[in-house]
Amino acid sequence: MPIEVNGKSLEVDEEGYLANLNEWEPEVATIMAREDGTELTENHWEVINFLREYYEEYQIAPAVRVLTKAIGKKLGKDKGNSKYLYELFPYGPAKQACKYSGLPKPTGCV
Amino acid sequence: MAEPWEDDELDGPVRKFMYVNRRAPYGTIYALESLEVVLIAAAFEQDVSLVFMDDGVYQIKKEQNTDAIGVKNFSPTYRALEGYDVEKLYVEKESLESRGLTIDDLIVPVQVVEKDQLAELMEEQEVILSF
Repeated sequence: MPIEVNGKSLEVDEEGYLANLNEWEPEVATIMAREDGTELTENHWEVINFLREYYEEYQIAPAVRVLTKAIGKKLGKDKGNSKYLYELFPYGPAKQACKYSGLPKPTGCV
Repeated sequence: MAEPWEDDELDGPVRKFMYVNRRAPYGTIYALESLEVVLIAAAFEQDVSLVFMDDGVYQIKKEQNTDAIGVKNFSPTYRALEGYDVEKLYVEKESLESRGLTIDDLIVPVQVVEKDQLAELMEEQEVILSF
């Protein structure tokens, strides 16, 4: 079912990932999170923005291990660990954060 | 029961996988499919190496532009391999030279190898997949 963002109707796939990643805007993340019962904080946005930049550079959504390591490099060790990222994104940091970021599901994710 | 964040250390055997890329990046799906399975194997922490030979060397050529053929330029993804700890990238020397290319034309650091060195590397593998 498409999601409604700022009066526009955006196509998503059967798992809720945005069909066209060019249609992403910050409001998409806010609305998707709200449907999961989460209000996004600065800490969430750090990860979402990181993923947007990662995709821009490499054209893929990173696997969770790669994401964790890269976050550690960029934002420090206290954030580059699975526990921290799972607390922010309990459905799985790569899966859930990629979805909010408008990215495809990470390669190798089942 | 383990917490989800304690679950990301993968057990099970680590095998030596070699992916041999021999075709041009576009026109067929082989190059992209190979890259996808490489990323999956790497995500499962396998010992992965890649070979680029024949027209496969074009897969990692710099400055690819796919606008005119209407498909995604996926060459930036090869630069993500380092973050996946995939650092064994081999290019067959003759394939590179016969196409007028040098390592300066490539988007990722590679090791240029002769055919007989490549044969030795292949001997060491447990699984070899050719694309």
